[in-house]
Amino acid sequence: MSSAAAKKPRPKYLSLTALLFEIRLPASAWVSGMHRISGALLFFPFAAWLLYLLDTSLASERGFQHVKVDYLGSPLAKLGLIVFVWAYLHHFFAGIRFLLLDLNKGIELVPARRSSYAVFAVSLALTAFIGWRLWS
Amino acid sequence: MVVKRVVVGAHYGLSDWLAQRVTALIMAVYSVILLVVFVRGAPLNYGVWKDLFSQGWMRVGTLLFAVSLAWHAWVGVRDILMDYARPDGLRFALQVVTILVIGAYLGWTVQILWR
Repeated sequence: MSSAAAKKPRPKYLSLTALLFEIRLPASAWVSGMHRISGALLFFPFAAWLLYLLDTSLASERGFQHVKVDYLGSPLAKLGLIVFVWAYLHHFFAGIRFLLLDLNKGIELVPARRSSYAVFAVSLALTAFIGWRLWS
Repeated sequence: MVVKRVVVGAHYGLSDWLAQRVTALIMAVYSVILLVVFVRGAPLNYGVWKDLFSQGWMRVGTLLFAVSLAWHAWVGVRDILMDYARPDGLRFALQVVTILVIGAYLGWTVQILWR
């Protein structure tokens, strides 16, 4: 048995702490994982929440004012809105990246890493911008 | 050498894969159009909002978005459940719940659009 294999306990099982603190995933893996998490969040609860907002705001003038002033004026709703905006933007840009990868665009290691960082940069920057506009 | 692969199975893998991408494009186009309408349109009040959703193209476009979302979400959520939900009974139950939620979303959307 080689000495390198003897030092580390084997077999190594994947766990949440291992994924977060021991194994360094490449940026493209984080884009993919966040694409899943954002997609799940968009399906539930955000789709239901948006349908509720659309329903209330279209039902009557009072409903519209309630959504616009009272409801979306509260800090908690704004926080929810910002998480939604991030999830939508990340899912959007990561999805476009996947579509381009399907067309064999940017599949080499360096451009694939670069586009991963671009997905995070663009979606987070736009989320910050929209969050700033919401709060000011 | 050309390898002749005999493709067997129900083929729903390929059609789901393709549907995932086509529905994604439909939703992306709708999102961009809606963004342009918001950015270039008049300041939002109840009249503007109500008018927007009483237009035929907006109703049909939103319905297309909702149907795309339903299909897209089904493929996506099913993929997630196939990866993590164990045992099979739990996965099956969650898949049934997912279908019910998607159906409820679609019904609600139609109700909102054609009130």
